[in-house]
Amino acid sequence: MQREQWNSRIGFILAAVGSAIGLGNIWRFPYMAYENGGGAFFIPYLFAMISAGIPFMIMEFSLGHKLRGAAPKVFSRLGIHYGLRLEWLGWFQVLIAAVIAVYYVAIIGWTISFLGFSFTQSWGSDTNAFFFNEYLQLGDNSPTSLGVFQPHIAVPMAIAWAITSLAIFTGVRGGIERASKIMMPLLFIMVLILIGRIVFLPGALEGLNYLFQPDFSKIMDTKVWSAAYGQIFFTLSVGFAIMLAYSSYLPEKSDINNNAFMTVLINCGFSIMGGIMIFGVLGYMAMEQAKPLTEVVTSGVGLAFVTIPAAINLLPAPYILGPLFFFALVVAGLSSHISILEAVTSAIMDKLHLPRKKAAALVCGSGFIISMAFATNGGLLLLDLIDYFINNVALLFSCFIELIILTWLFKIADIRDYTNRLSEFTIGRWFELCLRFISPAMLGIILVRNLVNTVNNGYGDYPIADQIILGWGLIATMLFISLLINLASNHEEKL
Amino acid sequence: MSSGAIIMMVLALSITWGGAAICIAIAIKKRNKRES
Repeated sequence: MQREQWNSRIGFILAAVGSAIGLGNIWRFPYMAYENGGGAFFIPYLFAMISAGIPFMIMEFSLGHKLRGAAPKVFSRLGIHYGLRLEWLGWFQVLIAAVIAVYYVAIIGWTISFLGFSFTQSWGSDTNAFFFNEYLQLGDNSPTSLGVFQPHIAVPMAIAWAITSLAIFTGVRGGIERASKIMMPLLFIMVLILIGRIVFLPGALEGLNYLFQPDFSKIMDTKVWSAAYGQIFFTLSVGFAIMLAYSSYLPEKSDINNNAFMTVLINCGFSIMGGIMIFGVLGYMAMEQAKPLTEVVTSGVGLAFVTIPAAINLLPAPYILGPLFFFALVVAGLSSHISILEAVTSAIMDKLHLPRKKAAALVCGSGFIISMAFATNGGLLLLDLIDYFINNVALLFSCFIELIILTWLFKIADIRDYTNRLSEFTIGRWFELCLRFISPAMLGIILVRNLVNTVNNGYGDYPIADQIILGWGLIATMLFISLLINLASNHEEKL
Repeated sequence: MSSGAIIMMVLALSITWGGAAICIAIAIKKRNKRES
């Protein structure tokens, strides 16, 4: 079966950027920056972007392009060269993507619901009670006691699945590339319109001052550097099979270095735009409510579904700015969800030699059914717990192992030679230094810190049994399945 | 906004979007060269 290819370079870049730009750029990055020294955070952040983000992206683009496959095939072929069996790492990454795909769609579903509510601000004045009590109907549930099925949450999730599945079914050119070419320009235009209006609101500049005012005393704090590197690893969709799959569809004569630079720079630039948008709104909200900004600032689900709706209530022309904001969130979420599912679908196609439509039906169908667990009263709690363990343990572990294997067991210089032969500009030895020393050291520190913290303190107020089953147990199961596939695979076969 | 905040905002935007603009310019230049 001949491998599909991107129709154009711009299509590939927009798809890669669409994958990297997700909800986290809008609701995680601004808070991280604010909490870690404001403007001073941008120094470690930009340093992390150059020393970890760009080299990691070049490495993944090169591997996908050179070895022409989804993550399991890439690691399997790489291992064969050196007499090692590494397919398990690819499957572990694919399983991370699969788990993220089933809970991420729940957030997109909520966002679609809120897009509908935003036309009339039907969330009312108490947005906290609306989201948790009326919309989610959270009650006294837990991650293992989910309550009952909620059709009003399931329907928007089904809409999200339908859009994503359509892109996956129709393939790289007809589906993913076409969707990215529509979604990404639309997202940028919407965010630019929002920023253009928001920065002229009273108090908005005060909000931006909170975001960008540098507190240089935090520059020497290792936690700030860890946060900067953590943010870079989270935001770029590296280490969980996506960029390997996307770059495997690049034509033979394709640039690597410049494409990787563009993807990372545009993603990080968009995060800063997201920060301007969010802190502009928060500054205006703080002024309207005569509160200090520190009292209204938040992140994640609380920001998107509680604080922002409350801010939209106060905005001029809320029936325009509200839908624009939530539509931007929906588009950012969908473009990432497409890429996450493609990473899983392409791995299934490679392994089982299935045609795209059958593999897509298998992945999207089973994903849809499993994701309905999140369309329940306790769906948010289940999502929160799994998301914590996947992001803070499994994903970092996967990135760390990938880096160690590729830079210490294999010759990373070979990748540099390969990518320099193909690219519009060459990269120097800094690439190897960053990947061999700086990135693994920072990742190792963050991973160990997360592990120690999670083992000692657990996560949140969730029962220990829930954390063992749905956190540690889930990761152990993923690892076990990956190793089992690795053992069962015939590595002599022509992959 | 304070001058420190303005400087940091301009710096962050310049490095990311400025860098992306340079990369796009290189790509266009190389494409034109190949086509001519």
